[in-house]
Amino acid sequence: MKEEIVIAGFGGQGVLSMGKILAYAGLMDNLEVTWMPSYGPEQRGGTANVTVILSDKPISSPVLDSFDTAVVLNQQSLDKFESKVKPGGTLIYDPSGIHHLPTRTDITVVAVDATTAAIEMKNSKTYNMILLGALLKLRPIVDTDAVIRGLKKTLPERHHHLLPLNEQALRKGMELA
Amino acid sequence: MEEVKLMKGNEAIAHAAIRYGVDGYFGYPITPQSEVLETLAELKPWETTGMTVLQAESEVAAINMVYGGAATGRAVMTSSSSPGVSLKQEGISYLAASELPALIVNVMRGGPGLGTIQPSQSDYFQATKGGGHGDYHLIVLAPATVQEMADFVALGFDLAFKYRTPAMILADGVVGQMMEKVVLPEQRRRRTDEELRQQCPWAACGKDHRGHRNVVTSLELDSAKMEVNNLRFQRTYAEIQKNEVRYQEYYTEDAEYLIVAFGSVARICLKAIEEAREKGVKIGLIRPITLWPFPTTRIAELAKQVKGILTVELNAGQMIEDVRLAVEGSVPVRHFGRMGGIVPNPGEVLTALTEHFSLTI
Repeated sequence: MKEEIVIAGFGGQGVLSMGKILAYAGLMDNLEVTWMPSYGPEQRGGTANVTVILSDKPISSPVLDSFDTAVVLNQQSLDKFESKVKPGGTLIYDPSGIHHLPTRTDITVVAVDATTAAIEMKNSKTYNMILLGALLKLRPIVDTDAVIRGLKKTLPERHHHLLPLNEQALRKGMELA
Repeated sequence: MEEVKLMKGNEAIAHAAIRYGVDGYFGYPITPQSEVLETLAELKPWETTGMTVLQAESEVAAINMVYGGAATGRAVMTSSSSPGVSLKQEGISYLAASELPALIVNVMRGGPGLGTIQPSQSDYFQATKGGGHGDYHLIVLAPATVQEMADFVALGFDLAFKYRTPAMILADGVVGQMMEKVVLPEQRRRRTDEELRQQCPWAACGKDHRGHRNVVTSLELDSAKMEVNNLRFQRTYAEIQKNEVRYQEYYTEDAEYLIVAFGSVARICLKAIEEAREKGVKIGLIRPITLWPFPTTRIAELAKQVKGILTVELNAGQMIEDVRLAVEGSVPVRHFGRMGGIVPNPGEVLTALTEHFSLTI
């Protein structure tokens, strides 16, 4: 088992944390894990992306030119990563703010309107967890239980009262996908 | 049972420093290595092991605090990224000339100048050829994984104390910023004053039982004596070259072409090699772990077996000079590199291989 994932969007959308939760979930499931951010002056509003690899064998390169799964949250990221999904792979995108839809037919393309779903949940911060739920529904690479435990690890204890809300968002995303 | 943790390479360095029993860290923040100081500040080791953690007013101040701490026999370190490490060069030269152990971490970013904050390996020359003034070398370790970021703290200090010379961890932004699994070393306690006096009889820590004071200096105005000093340094470097060369090989047994790459780039090359091998093209990889001392002998041996060598580096071609010196013109040695903070992907490495050696992959 090996899954090479890129998550890309604006800084502030929770791109890096979504990757981090996924990486921790992989750790919980005893997988090998790499998490490689595009770090830099990429604050709220700028572009941000992260490459996460989960594998049952040692991982060589943390830097990739193609991906099994791409989660793209804005037009720039869609333009950049659509062509980099391996044939037969999965592309998940949030349709809000997308003007040019993905065109590939050799991959599974799924629109997940996480923006609207997050508004419905009355908390914009559930956004990335909704998308993570959708990702896990389409690509069940790690246990949902491992994700919750992963979340517990990444979330400071003072925020642990938010765990149920995050779990709810995860389930919401699974329904949407 | 060993606890497996997930963390960034920079964080691993901070954890490993505390667990090694380091006495003092002196630094100044700079991307992409600020997490070293941040993690130390968060872990507050001064409350547990008694380790000093100090944010100096500049990189120059930090390296001179290291100079002072090292002179007293303490295990002291600093970390920075390329422009900051340039500022430290005078102090590093003094450390080498005073025969003091210390650990310097450089998580390289793109240069020259202030350059960019993205990953690079363009300080290879600076790290391996001296960097500061005078005839000296550092022991230079190049980690490729977060585990090695943690492990090389202990290795760096052990070698630095063994040979009484500064060691450097030469990492790049990729391995500093990426997270992967790591098993941290056991917690060791810091050396007691008594242990220090026994293990470091050269240390400047008071007259004590010796009846005389040790003086640590790099100054020797009598040229005859200064040459004697230099000859002693060179004997140490020769010992290090004899004993401490470290490297790792992948798929070299039947390799027809060889890639030489260090740090995170070696991992990118490994993926490219695995793709090439699926198509029947036999490429091997040697990853120097010590960039100084360089695995010259082993590369010369491998050169007899292969038709060509490609060095892949995040620079314009620096390590390639040492590879060329090693093979002495026996096989073609070519370079592929990206600069300015761009990290090539495995596909680009494959393309470079096909172009340089007219291969079909």
